Amino acid sequence: MTAPGTEELEQLRPYLLRYALLQLRDRESAEDVVQETLLSALEGRARFAGKSTVKTWLTGILKHKIIDLIRRRARDQPLVSDDDDGSEAEAADALFQADGHWQQFPADWGSPERALEDKRFREVFELCAKAMPLRTARVFMMREVLELSTEEICKELGITPTNLWVILHRARLALRECIEIKWGTAAA
Amino acid sequence: MLTCKESSVLLSQAQERPLGLGERLRLRLHLLACAGCTNFSRQLRIIRAAIRRQRDEDA
Repeated sequence: MTAPGTEELEQLRPYLLRYALLQLRDRESAEDVVQETLLSALEGRARFAGKSTVKTWLTGILKHKIIDLIRRRARDQPLVSDDDDGSEAEAADALFQADGHWQQFPADWGSPERALEDKRFREVFELCAKAMPLRTARVFMMREVLELSTEEICKELGITPTNLWVILHRARLALRECIEIKWGTAAA
Repeated sequence: MLTCKESSVLLSQAQERPLGLGERLRLRLHLLACAGCTNFSRQLRIIRAAIRRQRDEDA
């Protein structure tokens, strides 16, 4: 087994940057955290055990660095501001009638393959993900990009599982609504 | 009988935790009768797959 070289690590920079950007949503922090990851990897490359791919190994380092950053930020800015919480609750409620029926039935998006292969779907998806309120996006991406468990996210952010599930549910409702409106319009 | 609003909460939570037997049964019953929630359920899976794809696709 040989330690990965500088070039091999450097080739993964675009991948790492995209990963970090999805979670952090600001280029400067994403670039910093990727730079730190590549440096740590270079310093520690003798320890790369070759049990996983270099990509998996680097992703693991990056994930730790991102979680550290989120933890520091969570200390500085409390996670759920009351304002955000109120307006997002209203937005979620507005999607249903008083008797609990959908205002508008979610449409059939076809098979996952079809949606994911559709360039327009991917554009709309990126657009709608970027439109998420910052705090919601932070939590949602911890779940979907970092793939942390309920326990891990609650521990990092100091919230309860019930809180977390409400935030995630509202995030999904808003995201699918946005996609459906924009993608539907495009298809018509 | 679950409302669509309640079903949507359970469908979302199903992505976070294993649902209990009672929850699963009530959800299945609702989905049998409700095309909107069935679509919503599929949409959640598509959204999850779309994020992972965006994260992992080669530059």
